Amino acid sequence: MHESILVYRRFRFLKWALLLMIVAVVAYAVDQPLGVPNGGTWLGYTLGTIGALLIVWLTWFGVRKRRYNLGPTKLEAWLSAHVYLGLTLIVVATLHTGFQFGWNVHTLAYTLMMLVILSGIFGVYAYMRYPALMTENRRGQTLNEMLAQIAEIDAECREAALGLGDEISTAVLNAAQNTRVGGGMRRQLSGHDPSCATTAARQTVQSLAESGEAGQAESTRRLISLLLRKEELLRRARRDVQFKALMDIWLYVHVPLTIALIASLVAHIVSVFFYW
Amino acid sequence: MTDHFTIAVIGSGPAGLSTAGRAAELGLSHVLYERTDHASDTIYKYQKGKYVMATPDILPLRSPFDFEADVRENVLGTWDRQLQEYGVNIQYDTEVTGISGSKGGFEIALANGGKATAENVVLSIGLQGNLRRLEVPGAAEATHVQYQLDDPDEYEDETIVVIGAGDAAIENAVALSKQNNVIIVNRRDEFARAKQGNLILITQAIEQGDIQCYYSASPVSVAPKSITLRTPDGDAEVACDRIIARLGAIPPRKFVESCGIVFPNDNPASLPEVSKHYESNVPGLYIIGALGGFPLIKQAMNQGYEVVEFIQGNTELKPADEPLLEEKLTHLPGAGVDDFLASVRENVPLFAELNPLLLRELMLDSEVHRPKPGEVIFKRNDYTNSFFTIVDGEVDIQVDPDDPSQVVTLKQGEFFGEMGLISGRRRAATVIARTECTLFESNRRTMIKLVNSVEEVKRVLDRTAIVRQIQTYLAPDLSTEDLRDVVASASLHSLKEGEQLFQEGETGDAVHLIRRGSVTVSRRIGGREIVLSYVAAGNYVGEMALLSDAPRSATVRAAINGTETIRIEGEAFKTLMNRAPELRREIEQKFRDRIADNERMASAPEAGSIIQFLVEQGVGEATDILLIDESLCVRCDNCEKACAETHGGISRLDREAGPTFANVHVPTSCRHCEHPHCMADCPPDALHRDSNGEVWIDDSCIGCGNCERNCPYGVIHLAATPPKKPGLFNWLLWGAGPGPGEDKTAKGEGSKLAVKCDMCKDIKGGAACVRACPTGAAIRVSPEEFLDLAALAQR
Repeated sequence: MHESILVYRRFRFLKWALLLMIVAVVAYAVDQPLGVPNGGTWLGYTLGTIGALLIVWLTWFGVRKRRYNLGPTKLEAWLSAHVYLGLTLIVVATLHTGFQFGWNVHTLAYTLMMLVILSGIFGVYAYMRYPALMTENRRGQTLNEMLAQIAEIDAECREAALGLGDEISTAVLNAAQNTRVGGGMRRQLSGHDPSCATTAARQTVQSLAESGEAGQAESTRRLISLLLRKEELLRRARRDVQFKALMDIWLYVHVPLTIALIASLVAHIVSVFFYW
Repeated sequence: MTDHFTIAVIGSGPAGLSTAGRAAELGLSHVLYERTDHASDTIYKYQKGKYVMATPDILPLRSPFDFEADVRENVLGTWDRQLQEYGVNIQYDTEVTGISGSKGGFEIALANGGKATAENVVLSIGLQGNLRRLEVPGAAEATHVQYQLDDPDEYEDETIVVIGAGDAAIENAVALSKQNNVIIVNRRDEFARAKQGNLILITQAIEQGDIQCYYSASPVSVAPKSITLRTPDGDAEVACDRIIARLGAIPPRKFVESCGIVFPNDNPASLPEVSKHYESNVPGLYIIGALGGFPLIKQAMNQGYEVVEFIQGNTELKPADEPLLEEKLTHLPGAGVDDFLASVRENVPLFAELNPLLLRELMLDSEVHRPKPGEVIFKRNDYTNSFFTIVDGEVDIQVDPDDPSQVVTLKQGEFFGEMGLISGRRRAATVIARTECTLFESNRRTMIKLVNSVEEVKRVLDRTAIVRQIQTYLAPDLSTEDLRDVVASASLHSLKEGEQLFQEGETGDAVHLIRRGSVTVSRRIGGREIVLSYVAAGNYVGEMALLSDAPRSATVRAAINGTETIRIEGEAFKTLMNRAPELRREIEQKFRDRIADNERMASAPEAGSIIQFLVEQGVGEATDILLIDESLCVRCDNCEKACAETHGGISRLDREAGPTFANVHVPTSCRHCEHPHCMADCPPDALHRDSNGEVWIDDSCIGCGNCERNCPYGVIHLAATPPKKPGLFNWLLWGAGPGPGEDKTAKGEGSKLAVKCDMCKDIKGGAACVRACPTGAAIRVSPEEFLDLAALAQR
């Protein structure tokens, strides 16, 4: 009943994409232009027009996605087509260039397009891989529930640390106040915190316990197990943030590069027609 | 000299006020006696700020006094003002102790020693002046026992025992529990008499420990500062500061009988009988309001007006609802309401026992149709669940979906549509008018009320329904005659969620047809009960053991509360199969399929676990549920955004909330239950079910929150309309406004009304959440589709 975008309607859009690619390759192979193949031949213009229209249509996805009242077509169909037809651009646009590259606005547009496609491919990968990992990592809890549980453990830790000496109290307080989930982009993407205050506190308590300075063995043991539980929850919460970040981050490349691509595409088309 | 009046009214409740008001308006000499020092004592004694309902909404008010739903204080304020305006001759602190004499010359004795004479007497004393008292040793003398509660906020830090399980007891207990330690004593093991909303309030309060409850307990004796209760575990003495007994009210029989009025039987709760002009067996002595059997305020007020008209000789006065009923008869030119109702009573045995007033009430909530021959009345698979009776003419039921020519004809007096009413599922067959006919269509809510209150209707309905259900679900090709023995052996069984219908290893002695709800089939494998399949209403279980003469191969449990099965005894079933080889072949085929399915499921316990999980989430009573495959869901929340954007800026679904099992996530979103809990208690009747199954709320919502409380799945909430946002391109290009989706920070305008999923019934293309899912993770399905073995095997 559930169908991923890749297999949508028995690979309908993969078939369309393959057809378009085969037609383009065959036309390129058969075509005998005057001089070397390039964007200025009859076939070059055709492929260029198809490519430009595809880019405009693919960009329209950003608007279509947010239009919620447009009849029965599912957004999934659009995304499936977006993925497969977006990939055909690799063939269509490359053949349009006739393999002529240089340090100019034309190759800039091509390069930007390829970067957009690459980021899109990562997006597909992320969408296929991370949702299941995310569910597994959550074990039926939402992120907010995990954070609430962490806050509860913090309260228990403070209670357990009562009467265990200043050093431990400071470490536990520090763990409660300075432990962070998420943060900057790099921290989110890495999925862990090398300077985690909770890990530091646990290590402090453990080493004090080993050296016998902690006192009250029972409370110390309880505190350590609480901190270990919190660390495990933190690990899962950070992984959760990481997966969400991985599913989001590529869009921050994909969308701005698309805007840049549209700008350079306009420059490419205008320059071709004006300065030919 | 004693005063003489044309009309003496006793009791200044809504009925009495209205009577005296009308008399004053007409300039008749009248008197209104009130025992206390204020008018309308029953409402006066309501809890402070209590919202007084004006049901039935559809009934027009016919009284000089105004009345609409409002808080107690405003209702009473209006009446006090109008008493003065009309110059009603009301005598406070005047109790009537006896009425004697006859029409034209009644003598009224007053407690203050006074006397008066009147030509007519209207008795509108209600019941609440005669509250049922605690009749146990010590109760009469005790100072800490009270029978009503005015202001719950007056009490603080007390231990209060509330006795009773009705709405009044629950409302008192819940209100008191805010600042007191409350114990409620229920004579039965559940709160069956309470309104749905109160039932939820009390159950929650007990679960949360706010109120302690003694079930199956009754008071034995009262002592200062304590009460002794008889409980299933023996007698218990409970220390308390206060006892509030809400035991209901009964007619003040002694007084009423002393006036010469006769009661129909000895039951203390029985009411005197009155004529259609509200006259008792004593001519000139009229009874209106609760004592006459009409406890609703609006009805009582209308009666007050009407009784004055009757006394004045205007016996042709039609009831207030007459124009509404006349409007329903526009298809039947020339037919009068009384004639029509008489013909319904005469021609429809199901309604023959209803008294004229109940029938009028039923008709208020019903429609009259006059279809032409060949006109479709409803189609198979529609979700409508109204109930039809044939007043005259004939209809055809198409019993075989593949062959429209195969029909069963129903004639005058018969009814149809009861299967949808009982199962809450899609219509089982298409029904077409055979001749021009007159049909009486009653809505689901009214019919359920009727079935629950009139035993005869329930009996007749069940008897016919069983025959039809056996025919439809089991043997569509057999005639009623062929099924006679089977029907004779059939009995109805009702099950709670999780309750066992039969157990693996038992001897199989019967087949069960599921007529309402659904069941799971499970087997013990490796010490664990593994669910093998989910079986919905309209199917049968238990045939395997009978066919193979082996013990039960699996355990069958109800998936939801209120599951009902028709039990057919094994012998009768076997005889039937021997007589009908075609049926035998079909059942044997199904039997073989089931064995194969069960073996496949037993080797794939994961699929069984998904069924188990979904049934635990209440999916068993759903007709259409949003399920998210978390291995595809990229958590973009576009489903929520789509919902908000297509429904006035408020999302009716919460994607993240809700349980997950094996990547199947059940978000908080309406499942459009077979028997919607939300529809159970909606004062303005604003919740409806459409032919496609969607349950939706119309504009008449008053924001009372009953549906929100009644929904066990938390999918209804109250929200105000959010302000308008800038358009999409303004946001995309210039960043104006909060962007698509619900703006959680926005402050709404106007009052809060209930919002829930309407399955995008008015939107082209269907459910927006599903359409807007970019990865295909969100689907809406019926449980049968999803819990189908083949579908699960694909996962």
